[in-house]
Amino acid sequence: MAKIVVDVMLKPEILDPQGKAVAAALPRLGFTFANDVRQGKRFEIEVDGEPTAAQLADVEKAAEKLLSNPVIENFTVRVEK
Amino acid sequence: MKIGVVTFPGTLDDRDAARAVRHAGGESVALWHNDADLHGVDAVILPGGFSYGDYLRCGAISRFSPVMEPIIKAAQGGMPLLGICNGFQVLAEAHLIPGALTRNHELHFLCRDQTISIENTNTAWTSSFSKGEEIVIPLKNGEGAYMCDDKTLAMLEGEGRIIARYVGENPNGSRNLIAGITNERGNIVGLMPHPEHAIDSLTGPSADGLGFFTSVLKAMVK
Repeated sequence: MAKIVVDVMLKPEILDPQGKAVAAALPRLGFTFANDVRQGKRFEIEVDGEPTAAQLADVEKAAEKLLSNPVIENFTVRVEK
Repeated sequence: MKIGVVTFPGTLDDRDAARAVRHAGGESVALWHNDADLHGVDAVILPGGFSYGDYLRCGAISRFSPVMEPIIKAAQGGMPLLGICNGFQVLAEAHLIPGALTRNHELHFLCRDQTISIENTNTAWTSSFSKGEEIVIPLKNGEGAYMCDDKTLAMLEGEGRIIARYVGENPNGSRNLIAGITNERGNIVGLMPHPEHAIDSLTGPSADGLGFFTSVLKAMVK
């Protein structure tokens, strides 16, 4: 069984108020390392066996149609062993 | 004149939208998210709420529900379609209008009476107003910040497709104070604040919202 991971992030030019709130909370806890924080979504999709090229192409399509909104978000697809 | 009001699981404002339609003199028809046909309605309203719990993204799941197929087809053919709040988000997810709605810039859920100015009176839903008219209707949203790229924004401004703007301080971070936009043809309107909650002074801050519903009845008679 393999896992296909789709990461969805807001495009860099889109304001991310949630990431900003996290970035503001970190120094209050003494964590001073962060210049900026962006928050995204991660989808883990389980498939039987090694994912085929056709399956990965379908995941790409699904990511574009449903998992992300291409108007405001970018996504990446990768296989995790 | 029959106006369909869609109920998705998690929709909240369908009853007020139906009441607003009746108040304006139309007949409201309840449409269920699983309906595959539109029961002969002349126009459709996608009301506010939290359809499918706002899972994934607001409107992202509802956009693929069975009732949306005939709605998208009819609206592309010119049927008047109004999306209010969550309905606006559904329109954006369906790419019937450009752009997207994202989290309010201050992160808080808003609920207040909001002044907006009507900027385009040539749509199916705004012809009862006069250009520049300021009205007060409720605004209540968590993800109401209208976002689009610079090119789209210039296009919306250039073509006069911003139908309403917030007056005063920007409540949610929307670009260019956008409260509502229309498609190229003017039959589809997406609006973040809620006209259906302001149709008489007994239950709302004003009766200013009624104009959206009388507009569409007028548009359909023509």
